[in-house]
Amino acid sequence: MSLSAYIPIVGLFALAAAFGLFSVAIAPFVGPRRFNRAKLDAYECGIEPTPQPIGGGRFPVKFYLTAMLFIIFDIEIIFLYPWAVSFDMLGLFGFVEMVLFIVAVFVAYTYVWRRGGLDWD
Amino acid sequence: MPELKLPDIDYAALLPMLILFGAACVGVLIEGFVPRSVRNMVQLVLSLAAMVAALVFVIRRAGEVTAENAATIGGAIMIDNMGLFMEGALLVLGLVSLLLFGERTLERGGAFVPHAAVTVGSERDREQAVDSGATEVYPLALFSLGGMLMFVTANDLLTMFVALEVFSLPLYLMCALARRKRLLSQESALKYFLLGAYASAFFLFGVAMIYGFAKGVDFRAIHEAVRGSETSPTLLLIGLALVAIGLLFKIAAAPFHVWTPDVYQGAPTPVTAFMAACTKAAAFGALLRVLYVGFDGAKWHFTPVLGAVAVLTMLVGAVLAVTQTDLKRLLAYSSVANAGYLMVGLLGGNKDGLSSTLFYLVAYGFTVIAAFALVSLVRDADGEATHLSRWAGLGRRSPLFAGIFTFLLLAFAGIPLTSGFMAKFGVFGAAIAGDQTWLVIFGVLTSIVLAFPYLRVVVMMWLSEPGETTPSVSIPGVLTSAVLGIGTVATLLLGVLPGPLLELADQASSFIR
Repeated sequence: MSLSAYIPIVGLFALAAAFGLFSVAIAPFVGPRRFNRAKLDAYECGIEPTPQPIGGGRFPVKFYLTAMLFIIFDIEIIFLYPWAVSFDMLGLFGFVEMVLFIVAVFVAYTYVWRRGGLDWD
Repeated sequence: MPELKLPDIDYAALLPMLILFGAACVGVLIEGFVPRSVRNMVQLVLSLAAMVAALVFVIRRAGEVTAENAATIGGAIMIDNMGLFMEGALLVLGLVSLLLFGERTLERGGAFVPHAAVTVGSERDREQAVDSGATEVYPLALFSLGGMLMFVTANDLLTMFVALEVFSLPLYLMCALARRKRLLSQESALKYFLLGAYASAFFLFGVAMIYGFAKGVDFRAIHEAVRGSETSPTLLLIGLALVAIGLLFKIAAAPFHVWTPDVYQGAPTPVTAFMAACTKAAAFGALLRVLYVGFDGAKWHFTPVLGAVAVLTMLVGAVLAVTQTDLKRLLAYSSVANAGYLMVGLLGGNKDGLSSTLFYLVAYGFTVIAAFALVSLVRDADGEATHLSRWAGLGRRSPLFAGIFTFLLLAFAGIPLTSGFMAKFGVFGAAIAGDQTWLVIFGVLTSIVLAFPYLRVVVMMWLSEPGETTPSVSIPGVLTSAVLGIGTVATLLLGVLPGPLLELADQASSFIR
């Protein structure tokens, strides 16, 4: 295998880097400057980095639980996509395996539901 | 559309693992639907039943192993004699240590706290004190044990990595659930998790290197690449070293042992017993398979390095055990030293080395579970009193338990008529037969050093007067009594009549490539 197959990838990297550099460099010169309060806030979500909040900026553990629960289903979907694409090839065996996988995720979900992981308060 | 060619799956061979994983899933459902008051009993019965059932299928499989039917799921899992022996050993040791998980008479609600984050002494903490404790530990232990079974039978490095994670992640969690000394327990879990994740990364990076060398990750491909390869062994050596780091971390070999004392001390004592017996056995099972099946052609490369690691492990374990003032930390360093002795047997590199290592794992497992069961009995108002000075004069208070503990410590020290003697005799003999006499010299020297801390505990228990602060020995419940009985009798029997287990280990000491 020759290395020439990789030249487009190198080109893509170069293009991406050039685009990033160009956008950052050109923005101060051509962009409009209209500042207001919302512009200076952290973008959409997240904790204000300064001034340091009292107690290190703690937030309730519920957010963390919800995020973790989201990841469980996120990963389930990630595995479902390639299976759905090659469903015909995998046949009955693939179907049974996927049902088992979904059951396993459902077991974890049932645990969270029954033990109050879905209650906000 | 082309039909995918499926690998053959021998469900009968995989049944022990499937039973454990299935029972663990049922256990999670029980957590959700069974009332709190009976949950502990239901979980305990279910887990024990699952382990017994798995053990039955392991035993039924014994004697039916042939070169044709050993590999299954496209060669990802190899149920050979060696794998079956390790599966059986893990199930038996896991069964005994799981009895400790169920103990409820020593402390209200048991050793595990349901909400570990609740501040000690707060109103909510008093509420949860009447609770039945965290019964999630049973499914977690089953998941972990299932992962261990997969770990010792994995036939390629990627399956081995998945199994490593499957059995490690529940362990990290279980370490954090101690009811008493809660912060220490959580600290230990965090340390174990961070260092364990780091070691897993080393393992995985090593797998990538070996893939680069052998163009495959299954042990047969690696074996053939090591044997026949004309290319430079650089990738092989880097890869083997990195994979070995991941495994040496799990067996607690120096210099990858630093987590051991903290985690053994912080974890709930039943979990410590489970880790000391089962994690060590599983990691050694995997290390044996990696070195004997995959990399046996590179023996001349790895034997001196792992020999140095073994010597360092024995020295560090023995010398630092002398300086310990906490009993759980002392047993942790003793476990480090024992990893060194096990490596001596492993580096013998012959069939005797294999069988003696297997015997050692089982013998040490029984003794260490019984020892930790006894540690959980000596309590005061703050939970277990593990400081050595608190054990002074315990022989007067409770001669029976002090006597049992003395016997177990003598077994650790390797006194004849205990299983510890037969085990050490076996591994040292195998190492001499394999021309590794220098390891045996260090082994004997460190055994002498290690006898000192053991005997100091014995002397303190019997020859000191009990003071005002000497804690009482709690009367154990049925489960802990059973563990103590099984562990002590096994330690004695394997010392007096080691024949049957030696024979079994000898029959099991063959891999199928």
